[in-house]
Amino acid sequence: MSIRIAPVSLIALSLALAACASTPKDLPPPPQPSTSTNSAMSSQPTGPVPGSQADFLASVQSDTILFDTDRYNVDARDQGVLQSQAQWLARYPAKAISIEGHCDERGTRDYNIALGERRANAAKNYLVSLGIDASRITTVSYGKERPIALGSDEDSWAQNRRAVTVTVQ
Amino acid sequence: MTRTFLAIGLALFAAPAFASSLLPQNESQSPSDATAPDSPQTGPVAAGSGPLQVTVSDESEWQDLGIAIPAFPTNTVVSTAAEGGNTEALGKNVARVVFNDLKNNGLFKPVGPDALPGIGYGEVAAPAFGGWRARSTEMLVHGFVKGGEDGRLTVGCYLYDVALGSELARQGYVVKPEEWRRAAHKCADMVYARLSGENPFFDSKIAYIAETGPKGRRRKQLAIMDSDGANHRFITSGQATALTPRYSPNYSRIVYLSYVSGNPRIYIYDIGTGRQQLVTEGKGPTFAPRWSLDGQSILYSMAIAGNTDIYRVSAEGGPSTKLTDSPGIDVGGSYSPDGSKIVFESDRSGSQQVYVMNADGSNQRRISFAGGRAATPEWSPRGDQIAFTHMGGNFRIAVMSPGGGNMRFLTDSWQDEAPTWAPNGRIVQFFRTARGSGRTSIWQVDLTGRNERRLNTPVDASDPAWGPVLP
Repeated sequence: MSIRIAPVSLIALSLALAACASTPKDLPPPPQPSTSTNSAMSSQPTGPVPGSQADFLASVQSDTILFDTDRYNVDARDQGVLQSQAQWLARYPAKAISIEGHCDERGTRDYNIALGERRANAAKNYLVSLGIDASRITTVSYGKERPIALGSDEDSWAQNRRAVTVTVQ
Repeated sequence: MTRTFLAIGLALFAAPAFASSLLPQNESQSPSDATAPDSPQTGPVAAGSGPLQVTVSDESEWQDLGIAIPAFPTNTVVSTAAEGGNTEALGKNVARVVFNDLKNNGLFKPVGPDALPGIGYGEVAAPAFGGWRARSTEMLVHGFVKGGEDGRLTVGCYLYDVALGSELARQGYVVKPEEWRRAAHKCADMVYARLSGENPFFDSKIAYIAETGPKGRRRKQLAIMDSDGANHRFITSGQATALTPRYSPNYSRIVYLSYVSGNPRIYIYDIGTGRQQLVTEGKGPTFAPRWSLDGQSILYSMAIAGNTDIYRVSAEGGPSTKLTDSPGIDVGGSYSPDGSKIVFESDRSGSQQVYVMNADGSNQRRISFAGGRAATPEWSPRGDQIAFTHMGGNFRIAVMSPGGGNMRFLTDSWQDEAPTWAPNGRIVQFFRTARGSGRTSIWQVDLTGRNERRLNTPVDASDPAWGPVLP
């Protein structure tokens, strides 16, 4: 099923980005607190190599967006995260990414592979709507096979229902 | 146990010959006089008249039936490569396997060779009924083991009704030493089928996923075992995550999902050659593979741009036929025994539910309306039931009629998932995930929901797939 996404210009995005500058509390904190999310890492003499995975992680709000139970829609908070990823991708047009879709353990195995694929595609479609070339983005679903939070409780499940962007180096 | 057994290509298994051709017929070699079993006559026998028969219909509780299974004696102790080292020790092991088969499946209350006196070779065909009546034995299983000059073993199996003092059935099997357990399973199958009126199922195999390692980094290997958990063998190394195997109907191949390429794709693994091949060059990830009844084609699911549909492809490759076309996730698939219909899972209504369609994809209609979500449907080999995972709070194994009615829960745990039918449609296996640890184990339950037990596997286990009875 294709997800209906209104075209959004990058200019509108930057505004939206400013509007959701506060990092959602259930997202992983930026790994490099001293770096600004908007400035190119190349200006930092000891920073990560420009265009590297470390640079990506240091530059974006988060590499991860989260989903509600059995859902795959990209909500406003997710949009802010993906916008920051789109900005990084715009800066490094030769870089490709893989988006990994995941589910919590409270689903059947086959269905979760399909659902993880759906989530990864939802993130991909949003990035494409921001002007990122679809050929730069691959998706892979891990279903419920790779949980990041290991508890069997709502908090863990919420962390595991995710799409994670990884740069292809 | 038999963990030391190595890897015998299933295709190499010789079919055991049956009674008429295999029991000792040469008088000069078979025990000739009254102290030995007669040369059995032809045919496994359905000795007619009214012996005790138990019922395994859905509603009634399986009855406890007292069966005595003493060690199977041998005419001459000779060494054998089978477990035990000689035919006398092997005879006890064979009786133990028969005992465990019958005990573990809830229908009977057997007493095994470790709790019974031995019998003489001559008693196999002429039981001491008086003594067994004094033990309140209702049914008696006798048998013998003989070693042949070529190393092969002949195993005889006899079932007697003690009260009637009559023989109900007999069979014989000639097997290679490494196949000795199959002779025992065939014997248990004969007893089970004769007393229950149901089809046999013990002489069958299970493909599954062996799991090790911590919850966040589970190592998942394709593995196989006999229906009782013996002859366990890992197929893949675990370097790549393997999931959802299914045995081909003739046990020569296994179709399963592997992440060996980095993406989920379905492969056919050939047990004889150890080679595997990609089933189809799809545009998207392929998963949830299932064999057709004749093993000629495979149902699978493929996601394109996030939308998952069910396809059919020849097991030899070639173009795929798309069977579903709804927006949403259509996944899985299990043929009715006559091959005319497919039961599958779809969330087109907004949540996972069970649907039935014709085998060509036409006439898709939802059958599950019992509340909660319903997933992983599997059509019983008998055709009369569909087993599935019911999700409403906890995950439980349930069955319903092919029309969707008469839903009944078979299990009640935190997370039971992915039922697979015994070849006779009387028992369902599934896997259970432990809350917190995420550890998995394979369980089975009969259709009454009462006789639930865990299978012994060397490591954690999930995704069981039960194959047909071996020929």
